[in-house]
Amino acid sequence: MVGETVADRYAQVEALIGRELASDDDEHGVAAGMRRLCGAAGRALSASGAGLTVMADGGLRGVTAASDAATERLEELQLTLGEGPCIDAYGSMRPVLIPDLGDGAMARWPVYAPAVHAEGVRAVFAFPLQIGAARLGVMDVFRTEAGMLSPDELTLALTFAEVAVSTLLDGHDNTRVGVADDWLDDPLGSRAELFQAQGMVMVQLRVSLAEAMVRMRAHAYVHDLRLYDVAADVVARRLSFDTPQP
Amino acid sequence: MTTVSAQRLARVFVEIADTLVDEFDLIEFLQLLAGRTADLLDASPVGLLLADQHGRLEFMAASDENVKLLELFQVQNQEGPCLDAFRTGTPVVNADLQQAAGRWPLFAPRAVQAGFRSVHAFPLRLRAERIGAMNVFSSHVGGRLDDTDVEIVQALADVASIGLLQERAISRGERLSEQLQGALNSRIVIEQAKGAVAQSRGVSVDEAFALIRAYCRSNNLRLGEVAHTITTDLASIPDLTRP
Repeated sequence: MVGETVADRYAQVEALIGRELASDDDEHGVAAGMRRLCGAAGRALSASGAGLTVMADGGLRGVTAASDAATERLEELQLTLGEGPCIDAYGSMRPVLIPDLGDGAMARWPVYAPAVHAEGVRAVFAFPLQIGAARLGVMDVFRTEAGMLSPDELTLALTFAEVAVSTLLDGHDNTRVGVADDWLDDPLGSRAELFQAQGMVMVQLRVSLAEAMVRMRAHAYVHDLRLYDVAADVVARRLSFDTPQP
Repeated sequence: MTTVSAQRLARVFVEIADTLVDEFDLIEFLQLLAGRTADLLDASPVGLLLADQHGRLEFMAASDENVKLLELFQVQNQEGPCLDAFRTGTPVVNADLQQAAGRWPLFAPRAVQAGFRSVHAFPLRLRAERIGAMNVFSSHVGGRLDDTDVEIVQALADVASIGLLQERAISRGERLSEQLQGALNSRIVIEQAKGAVAQSRGVSVDEAFALIRAYCRSNNLRLGEVAHTITTDLASIPDLTRP
C-alpha cells in the first residue's frame, strides 16, 4: 500500500529508510544516506537490490551506492560497458522499465543484458534522478523474477527517486522531509513558479540548474520559509540571490 | 454556440494526423492541439493537464499560456472542473462560473476574476486509464457547447492522449508511464528556461516565453530542444539571453 497524499508517501519512504541501519559506525554523510535509501528501496519493491549512480557534467562519473555488494557490481557494470537501462534513462530523461530481460533487451543492450542475465537478473527498472534539465543520476531496481512493477510499486519507486533527489541536493544524510518539502501537498503553491525561479537563480548566480535549487532550498531552510514562498519572491523580483542576503 | 464547422474540423484533423506521422515534440503537439481546439471554439482559452505519479494534475500546454491561466490550472489540484473530469472520467460541460462558488469555492471566484463566465473540462483517457484533462474557458455567456460540440471536443481530447502514446512508443516500444514521466519532465524544462530568459533579459516570465517561442519559430527549432539548450548552455544562444 502506498500513502494517499504526496506527504504520506514521502513520510512512508522516510520511515522505510530510517529503518535501515548503518552498516558501519563510521559511515555518515550523503553516501551512507544513499546506501540506506537503496536498501530500503530494494526491500520495499521486492527486489534483489537497488543501486544508484550519480553523474556529473553529462559524463558517467561512476559514483555509485547500492543496497549490497552484488548490486553495486551490477550498477558499475553499466558504466564499464557504457550501455544499459541506467545509461538510457539518463540520456532520454525518462524511466526505462524492463520487466523481462528477454529478447528485446538482448538486442537493445547486446553486451549488458546477457551479462546481468548470467548474474540471475530478470527485470531492471531505471529511474532518472532529475528536476527538469537538472540531471543528477539514476536509480536502478533489480529483480530476479520477470514481471512489471505494480502501479503502487511504480509510485513508490518514483517517490524513492524524488527523495534521492532531495537528499542529493541537500547534501546530507538526514533524509527526513525537511522544511523545503512542506510544499508537497500545497494546492496553491505554484510548481511552475518554483522551476521558473530555479532558472532565474541559475542566471543570477551563474551556477548550474541543480546548484540553483540547492541555494533556494538552503535559503528556505535557513530563513524558515516555505520553498514556494522563496520561489514566488524570486519570480516577483522581491528576492535576488546575486545581491547580499539580509 | 454554433456547432463547429465541419470543414474547419476536417482541416484540424488532417493537420494533427500530419504531425503524428513524423517524430515530434510532445509539448508542441499538445500546444497545437490546444490552439486548434481554441480556434474551433471561437478563441476560448484551452489548456491540457496530465496527472503525475502522485495523481497531481500538471499543466502541459495551452492555447494561450500566461501566469493568470497557469494559476487557474494549478488551483484545480484542489478542486475544479479538471479534477472532476479526471476523477469521474466524464466531461464537465457548460458550468456557469457565477453559479459555481458552492461547487468550487476556490476555483470559481478566481476564474470569474480572470474574466471567464463558463468552463468545460474533458477527461484525457487511454483505454481504461485516465491520464489528465482538457480545460476550456469561455469569457462570454453564450459560450455553451451543444451535444455535437461536446463530442467533437472529447474527440480532440482523445487525440491528445493518442499523441502521448505515439511520441516514441512505436519506435522504441515504450510504456505509458515512461512517456508520462518524460512529458512531465520536459514541461519542467520549459519553466526553467522561461526563468533563465526572464532573468537574462530583465523581462517577465510571460514575455520570456513569447521570446522563446518567437526564437523557435524564426529558427525552425523545437521548443523542447531550445528550452534544454537554454537551461544547460545559456551562452550558446546569445539572441535569447543577451540583456
